[in-house]
Amino acid sequence: MDADKHFVTGVFDDEDVLLKAVRKVRGSGIKIHEVYSPFPVHGLDEELGYKRSRLPIAAFMFGMTGTTLALVMQIWMLGYDWPMIIGGKNFASLPPFIPVTFELTVLLSALGMVATFLIVSDMKPYRWPRQFDLRSTDDKHIMAIDLALNGGKSKDELTRILKDAGASEVNEKNF
Amino acid sequence: MQVTSSVRDPLVTGGKTVHDVSHDISRQVEGAPTKLWWAAMAVSLALLAYGFYCICVLLWNGIGVWGLNKTVGWAWDITNFVWWVGIGHAGTLISAILLLFRQRWRMSINRAAEAMTIFAVICAATFPMMHMGRVWLGFYWALPLPNAFGSLWVNFNSPLLWDVFAISTYFTVSLVFWYMGLIPDFAVIRDRAVVQGNKLRAGIYNAMSFGWQGGAKTWMRYESVALILAGLSTPLVLSVHTIVSMDFATSVIPVWHTTIFPPYFVAGAIFSGFAMVLTLLLITRKVFKLEDYITIYHIELMNIIIIVTGSIVGIAYITELFISWYSGVEYEGYAFYNRVSGPYAWAYWSMMTSNVISPQLFWIKKIRTSLAATFVLSIIVNIGMWFERFVIIVTSLHRDYIPSSWTMFHPTMYDIGEYLFTFGFFFTAFLLFAKFFPVINMAEVKSIVKATSEVPQPTEEEHVNI
Repeated sequence: MDADKHFVTGVFDDEDVLLKAVRKVRGSGIKIHEVYSPFPVHGLDEELGYKRSRLPIAAFMFGMTGTTLALVMQIWMLGYDWPMIIGGKNFASLPPFIPVTFELTVLLSALGMVATFLIVSDMKPYRWPRQFDLRSTDDKHIMAIDLALNGGKSKDELTRILKDAGASEVNEKNF
Repeated sequence: MQVTSSVRDPLVTGGKTVHDVSHDISRQVEGAPTKLWWAAMAVSLALLAYGFYCICVLLWNGIGVWGLNKTVGWAWDITNFVWWVGIGHAGTLISAILLLFRQRWRMSINRAAEAMTIFAVICAATFPMMHMGRVWLGFYWALPLPNAFGSLWVNFNSPLLWDVFAISTYFTVSLVFWYMGLIPDFAVIRDRAVVQGNKLRAGIYNAMSFGWQGGAKTWMRYESVALILAGLSTPLVLSVHTIVSMDFATSVIPVWHTTIFPPYFVAGAIFSGFAMVLTLLLITRKVFKLEDYITIYHIELMNIIIIVTGSIVGIAYITELFISWYSGVEYEGYAFYNRVSGPYAWAYWSMMTSNVISPQLFWIKKIRTSLAATFVLSIIVNIGMWFERFVIIVTSLHRDYIPSSWTMFHPTMYDIGEYLFTFGFFFTAFLLFAKFFPVINMAEVKSIVKATSEVPQPTEEEHVNI
């Protein structure tokens, strides 16, 4: 990674102050790189202008894959590949196939969605994250602003805006 | 913005701040294990070792070493299986169903309860596997894999096979759900380790946290994943014990062959699960000094769930009795007469006392807010629920259709040994979890500290003016 990334980070103690601050900072035309929080802050995604996650769609698609696979597997195995009379029922009768179909739907849906989440969030065990402030997993909310993407504003100007918005401290972070 | 009722009891006491939450929970992971922990570990490992010996004997000689006979072909193995699976249900109920109902009191107990679920399901799975005798061939018998019998597939019409899918899906999804919750908390320990200069711990916990950063976008996705996992787990947990009950309900043995089984089993599962959660949490909270996070209020709420599910179970027992008479079916009638007054009546009445009468004591506020009473009753409920499965399984089987086949079941040391094995495993796993993993979901508790603390937190105006 090139070591010429320059960030200004605003440290916020309180989630309600943070929410107001995000609106204020974005209102003054500054692009926020990301806000790091120790816990999910409700409404923060809307304030930051993030679109709703499409993970539910992924979960549904994986679930449907599971349903299809389970039905095809059971109907093919017991209906065509090796038909057997079990309790005098049809070879491929649907009702007894429902439990396994349901379980595989849930299984694929859950595993597929979590895998998608890890991939789109770029999370892997061997990745060391770019940490703006170690307190962001403890009790502080860290608002990171990329200096290069806010060319119009100087560092001092950003510091003043963040302080005005309620940041308890403003730091600099270079990577 | 969340609006919180001012009349509700606080969920986090002791005026904890967000930083205190990180500190109080991570401290257990960072410090050396206590003497008490080592002592408990030694006992668990001893049980595990003895149980392992019994399992080796079982695998070497076959399941003839158990006390099973021609009439009672299922006894302690399936009793223990159903008992352990049932215990697991509370964890999923707390983490999934209470999440959908937005019950915030679940937040400080869900981590330990889900861990309990996972270990309990592993314990449960050992019994059917051992009962197969030749475990190493189990894959071919239980999973639809191409095999040497011309690919004679597994029977998808059988509830026993549904069980294979239900339990393994339940285990996998619970594990994933639990691990998802752990990811942000591992990152807390990682960052504390960086500050403390412990590189090894930082590296290990970073790997376990998948390099978690906690950006707003990740949190947004994370919450949507958690919500969907909860939505998936809710029907899943109901399906698991329903399918377990179908192992019995789809058979033609009197008393097993009843449509009441699925809801009755699910209620019983949640009932016994909450009892086990209470047993474990009362110890955990004492040992790790978590009284401010797992308060009397939490314990009271869990006891209320025990009253509700215990009463459902009680009604189910009485309904079964009534229907066996009202149906006019001779075999049903006899089976119940035998249960109530036959050679296993002691088991039936132990079950009735522990499961129907004892939880009713929780109607008294003094009892449901007393730690000692809760602890004792939670153990009684678990014993009662074990007897429930024993009564259903053994008393229904031991009087076969032909009186010449009537017999009793006597457990051997290997029946007992394998049960002890699962206890050894369960407690060993739980102790390891309690030592190396954060026992309380820090991220979730932090999100409610402000809204549910006893001490008023500074308002935003005050913050801005500082």
